[in-house]
Amino acid sequence: MSRSRFTRRGVLKTGAIGGAGLALPTYLRADGHSGFTNAPTGDTVKIGFNVPQTGPYAEEGLDELRAQELAVEHINGEGDGGMLATFSEQNLDGTGILGKKVEFVTGDTQTKSDVARASAQQMIEREGVIMVNGGSSSGVAVAVQALCQEAGVIFMAGLTHSNDTTGKDRKANGFRHFFNSYMSGAALAPVLEGAYGNQRRAYHLTADYNWGYTTQEAVQTSTEAMGWETVETVLTPVGAGDFNSYITPVLNSGADVLVLNHYGGDMVNSLSQAIQAGIRDRMVDGTQMEIVVPLYSELMAAGAGSNIEGVFGSMNWNWQLEDAGTAAFTRSFGEKYGRPPSNAAHTCYVQTLLYADAVTRAGSFNPCAVVEALEDFEFDGMGNGATTYRGADHQCFKDVLVVKGKENPTNQYDTLEIVEVTPRAQVEYAADHPSFGGADATLGSCNPGA
Amino acid sequence: MEEILQQVINGLDRGSAYALIALGLTLIFGTLGVVNFAHGALFMIGAFVAVLVSDLLGDIRELGSADDFFKLVQVVEDPTQTDFLGRPLSVETSYWVVWFGENFGNWLSDWSVPIAVLISIPIMIFIGWAMERGLIRHFYHRPHADQILVTFGLAIVLGDLIRAMYGANPIQTAMPESLSGPVDLGVFLGYDVGTITYSSWRIVYFFFSMTIIAGVFAFLQFTTFGMVVRAGMADRETVGLLGININKYFTLMFGLAAAVAGVAGVMFAPIQAPSYNLGMEYLVPCFVVVVVGGMGSLPGAVLAGFLLGIVQSFASLPTWKTSLVERLGLDDGNLIANLIIGVDQIAIYLIAIIILLTRPRGLLGRKGVMED
Repeated sequence: MSRSRFTRRGVLKTGAIGGAGLALPTYLRADGHSGFTNAPTGDTVKIGFNVPQTGPYAEEGLDELRAQELAVEHINGEGDGGMLATFSEQNLDGTGILGKKVEFVTGDTQTKSDVARASAQQMIEREGVIMVNGGSSSGVAVAVQALCQEAGVIFMAGLTHSNDTTGKDRKANGFRHFFNSYMSGAALAPVLEGAYGNQRRAYHLTADYNWGYTTQEAVQTSTEAMGWETVETVLTPVGAGDFNSYITPVLNSGADVLVLNHYGGDMVNSLSQAIQAGIRDRMVDGTQMEIVVPLYSELMAAGAGSNIEGVFGSMNWNWQLEDAGTAAFTRSFGEKYGRPPSNAAHTCYVQTLLYADAVTRAGSFNPCAVVEALEDFEFDGMGNGATTYRGADHQCFKDVLVVKGKENPTNQYDTLEIVEVTPRAQVEYAADHPSFGGADATLGSCNPGA
Repeated sequence: MEEILQQVINGLDRGSAYALIALGLTLIFGTLGVVNFAHGALFMIGAFVAVLVSDLLGDIRELGSADDFFKLVQVVEDPTQTDFLGRPLSVETSYWVVWFGENFGNWLSDWSVPIAVLISIPIMIFIGWAMERGLIRHFYHRPHADQILVTFGLAIVLGDLIRAMYGANPIQTAMPESLSGPVDLGVFLGYDVGTITYSSWRIVYFFFSMTIIAGVFAFLQFTTFGMVVRAGMADRETVGLLGININKYFTLMFGLAAAVAGVAGVMFAPIQAPSYNLGMEYLVPCFVVVVVGGMGSLPGAVLAGFLLGIVQSFASLPTWKTSLVERLGLDDGNLIANLIIGVDQIAIYLIAIIILLTRPRGLLGRKGVMED
């Protein structure tokens, strides 16, 4: 004879508690606090900064690293706190993350996808990092993002501008604070129309890889929509050095705008060589020929020197913005390193704080809890105005800057001037936009790993 | 037609850079029998001599550059201006301007790259001499694979050394203001104004290359030193038996080859902003030039340099490629269409394959070189 241990009252009570538990967000449930890759056990938690420390984007990577170290200092309660004081969420109190002091390890991506993956893998498997942050290059970002998805850790991409990172290659464990090619095109087009009119003929020189394609497509689409004609699009090898054989055909092509979809050293060289070839001295049917560089960075602008004067481009952020968050970060960074931060540095700094805040709000390091805390998260005070991490694709939506090479710079950091802060509404798009993988693009499921 | 002329000029310009680097490579291979993978690094060091001299002569035009290594400028705080943190701005003034007045100081700064050519010659000869005496001579009797490994390693070390000093970012180095714009070549050929224009500095570079190449040939052809070197290249042992210390001559030839690479690099600095990996970018195409020209053949290196420069230039011209794709009726996504459109990225290697299949020793290669 058997006797049941269940009572009617007991079953009802258990059911009620269970129902309430299920109604809570996953990250607030007890099972969200264990059973994930590299769950921190002691009084410290380790995060990984995977940036190019050698190779063509090393200077940018080193600037990202400076910013990430600064962010760790601020999270751990050292220094002046930087943007912690201006961040709209006030959950970080300088005691680390959930009471655990933050430690970090660094890796060198060399701006190569395979090296970056190996470096991230070593950080996750040997160093036990709970999150990977940083990097320059979309190829690297897509590769490392896929690895972090498989491994069950959070990936916060650094400087990656290709649509694909949060487009067709989006992943549930990956997030991008930086803006993208589509946003550059949408922000630049009206400014270009205002400056050069709507009857221009554009010639594109495009870096022959993922980022180049999406940037060309974005700028081409947005400028054609306002009436410009695209005369020719030419792919150029990455790291070509001497672009003159690609520039000379532009001179007699009938085009009156040269769009350089190049980045880093390639942009420095192609722009300088275009100026030397007399592109900006040339008149085409009575119209002054112009150059456009869709994506700028401070380090590129410094490399190109006076050649960027009057050349339009776009940026994610610039230290010259006048909001409180920008001032706090620029002061903090400038006093520590003696130079203003680049927009790559800003993104990496902000993402480190955003991750720490998301963990604190979630009450857990579980990647799935962090994903839920970041999805559709709205914040302010980080230098870009009101910002949202869209849940559908993990892309940040915020204002975009249109900048121009300064005509009469007064010092070595005074290279760019902000022409327009393009409102966020102007650069927004649907999550299933064809340029972002269409309806087939999905984040998949969050992977907590172990 | 204008387009074709423009690309021919571009090909000659690019070819002159290839020829100049390949000439030095061939000099070293022809005299010492060493395959020098560090030759690109010598070109890169030459470019950084331009950066160094530019700094020493107080170039303050390159706002934002990280090249403040050895910068010879007076820094004075200007309380009327502020920096990004609101502190008094540090204003840089060249010491040459402070010492000798604005006219002379600015002239020195403006002409820093041509001045660097003169300064680079003794520096590069010394670096070449030190490389040969300190490292490469120990590998004369080792297999070519060992020579390639050690010189490639040396190139990496030199590149990293420059990166440690100047950072990884390319550093813009200005040409003289009067040569910075384009020149209208079309008017000399009967075209309308502005039809065929070309960078003035690149034209200067072309004539500079031709002068250096002619100088090297004249030196080898018309001097006793050159005669001994040529004899040594043809039969090293016999020259040695005549009581001539051929090794001493060859060491000097290594220094000369380094100087040729160096001055080529100095003059190239305003064309392509120097960075620590500049040498590696030019090493591979220049080896192709040497092989196509014929290993050890100086005229072959020059001929192949210009040939491949022109091929590369025409391969980059989009009009013929798009019209060919249209004539063949190929879609954008078609593999053949993509190959035609992207042929510029493989053109010099395709030509190299064709030439080596038809002339295995290269255009002007001699029998017996690298065939043992």
